[in-house]
Amino acid sequence: MSFCKRFAQNRGALVGLVILGLVVLLALLAPFLYPDSPWRMVQRPFLAPGEVSGFWLGTDVMGRDVAAGLAHGAWVSLLIGLISTVVALAIGVPLGALAGYFGGRIDDALMRFTEFFQTIPNFALAIVLVAIMEPSTFSIVLAIAIVSWPPVARLVRGEFLSIKHREYVEAARLVGQTHRDIIIKQILPNTMSPVIVLASLMVATAILLESSLSFLGLGDPDTMSWGYMIGAARTVMRQAWWLSVIPGVAILLTVLALNLVGEGLDDALNPQLARAR
Amino acid sequence: MTLLSSVTGRLTAAALTLSFAAPVLAQETPQAGGVANVAIQPEPPGLMLPLVQNAPTQRVAGNIFESLLRYSTDLEPMPQLAETWEISDDGLTYTFHLHPDVKWHDGEAFSSADVVFSADVFLRQTNPRTRVILDHVESIEAPDDNTVVFTLKEPFPAFIQAFEVGTMPMVPKHIYEGTDFYNNPANNHPVGTGPFEFAKWDRGSVIELDKNPDYYEDGKPYLDKIYWHVIPDAASRAAAYENGTLDIMPAGSVENFDIPRLSEMDGSCMTESGNEYFNPFAMLWLNNREGPTADKRFRQAVMYAIDRDFAKNVLWNGLGEVPNGPFNSTLASHDDDLEQYPYDPDKAEALLDEMGYDGEPVRLLPLPYGETWTRWGEAVRQNLEDVGINIETESSDVAGWNQKISDWDYDIAFTYLFQYGDPSLGIARTYMSSNIAKGSPWNNVEGYANPKVDELFAKAAVENDSEKRQAMYDEVQQILHDDVPLAWIMELAQPTIYRCNVHDLITTGIGLSDGFKNAWIEQQ
Repeated sequence: MSFCKRFAQNRGALVGLVILGLVVLLALLAPFLYPDSPWRMVQRPFLAPGEVSGFWLGTDVMGRDVAAGLAHGAWVSLLIGLISTVVALAIGVPLGALAGYFGGRIDDALMRFTEFFQTIPNFALAIVLVAIMEPSTFSIVLAIAIVSWPPVARLVRGEFLSIKHREYVEAARLVGQTHRDIIIKQILPNTMSPVIVLASLMVATAILLESSLSFLGLGDPDTMSWGYMIGAARTVMRQAWWLSVIPGVAILLTVLALNLVGEGLDDALNPQLARAR
Repeated sequence: MTLLSSVTGRLTAAALTLSFAAPVLAQETPQAGGVANVAIQPEPPGLMLPLVQNAPTQRVAGNIFESLLRYSTDLEPMPQLAETWEISDDGLTYTFHLHPDVKWHDGEAFSSADVVFSADVFLRQTNPRTRVILDHVESIEAPDDNTVVFTLKEPFPAFIQAFEVGTMPMVPKHIYEGTDFYNNPANNHPVGTGPFEFAKWDRGSVIELDKNPDYYEDGKPYLDKIYWHVIPDAASRAAAYENGTLDIMPAGSVENFDIPRLSEMDGSCMTESGNEYFNPFAMLWLNNREGPTADKRFRQAVMYAIDRDFAKNVLWNGLGEVPNGPFNSTLASHDDDLEQYPYDPDKAEALLDEMGYDGEPVRLLPLPYGETWTRWGEAVRQNLEDVGINIETESSDVAGWNQKISDWDYDIAFTYLFQYGDPSLGIARTYMSSNIAKGSPWNNVEGYANPKVDELFAKAAVENDSEKRQAMYDEVQQILHDDVPLAWIMELAQPTIYRCNVHDLITTGIGLSDGFKNAWIEQQ
């Protein structure tokens, strides 16, 4: 059975893919749908959705178009989610690979280092990092990456431990391939399926983390993000509930979609497990 | 809610307020008794007003301590500890005749010796702002128990404005003389002459003040007790007012967007009075030293680019005033004829073109004082970006903000400053080049230096002839108006929301910070 077919067998994953596709489309189209800055104050504040035509999601506390914020925020959320995941992979995969492949003292040293990060609660560490570095897109991406790489390292290490004694690896070693070649060409490609699944879930976590930081006022003050929109609307919940609910639903759908897709990937990449279920 | 229904809602509320107000007018005689529950936000660091000058400290301690004078809402001096006073024609001698029967809360008699000790010893040492005022004073003498004479080195007409309780609170000599002022045990149980005595302070919860039974003004105060409730969360404070736990919400304890809701409740009243003396003035520091903000045309462009009416209407619910220049419009020396900078983005762009602004990034540092200030930063950023200025917003906490401003490490930064009723007390400090010094966020932080302005402020402060003084102040306003050393964005309103059955709550230009001496509660 092909990869696509196995993926499609999971209905939820398909739904997730469709939602994710729409969010990506919204993010890509944002500069064309709303060429103006989403910070621009364009109408009376506190317009309810649909109250004035052209503002189908209403306006916020300062008369900014909520729909424009949502579209531009989609771009920011996805971008931060993706980049910080890539950065986390770039830290976690090599560390896990080295630890798993060489074992012994190197393994001990790297895993103690990883555990050091795992003992500190993710969100607390992210807050501290962003507060120290001053909030900006760069510091947020870095903070999210720093708190999310340890699981990657552990996962990759585990895979390496189980694969490194397989016969084809022994064979590669026998023909004299360098450690580097064995790690990169022989073992790493075979650890990728669980890493891909994990990465898709990490994007979801990163989006949540970014939203939480922005909600607390630790977002990049120059970028419109969903978390910022909720944070700014929280105090006016009683006057205008929709200002918090709309971006909240957007976060919910995106994170849900990513989780569904992740599950679908898991099914598609690990057919034995999927069938056993 | 549609616009129409919102308007009707407001009309109904207004009608209700009116119908509630009617019986109030009939009832004019103060009734004794009752307890006031007041919000205090944030919790003050201490209550020893002569040592701690934070606004929340004075809110509470303004009931415990008193000064020689109080000031009406027109900033006219009124008697307090001094019953009468005379100023000599040459403006050099100020003679105060004290109220004869005043006692400290511990029962000791208050006398002119306390005044001399407070002004000449205690406050000179502990209050930097008072010290600057007292630099004009040659000597302070007490010819008898009820008379105090201040002799000045040169005429300083604003001196009569300096006897406000936060600036010149009276300190008991018999407790503090010869002690370490900062570590005196009495600081935890402050002793004053005011209408209310300190009773109890449960940190993080409530501060309790009791009526002073031996107060020297007959029948006053009317209230039995004042409870100051510490509730850090704005939403909880608003709820506490709605459910009747709190009766009085001083300025700053209600978020701006909650003001219409709370003030339109049945039996709820609001006043903007009691703000005249401090008159917080919101400004943007513009760094005059370097970068685009060093160019006068850029600074003028900022004034044209910012939609100040929008900020007033949307962020401050229409409360406050848009200033036309460096002087607050409630000051007697304010020049009403100064031309207003209108919101004119085209003119701003033209000025930027003229100076050849090349898109060099300009940093904007908002004030980390909560929601409204953050939103205001966003609005100003958008205004400036709309005319082509490339803005980078910085975020910081209060300590970081203090640090950056004190180190002059900013391009554009939000702030607000008190005016203290006279240009020589509250305004000159921001523009005189003698006041440029790293390390304080409250002096001439923008680095503006103009010998003409220095001279005019210095001369006006010691000019005894009011017409000549006004001519100088007019000239200085015109110069500053054209130079735009900083951007004047708003004269902030300080609305107090309270139950309509509380009367005479605010009777002076310092409002709630002057104590509840006259306040009384109408019993149903």
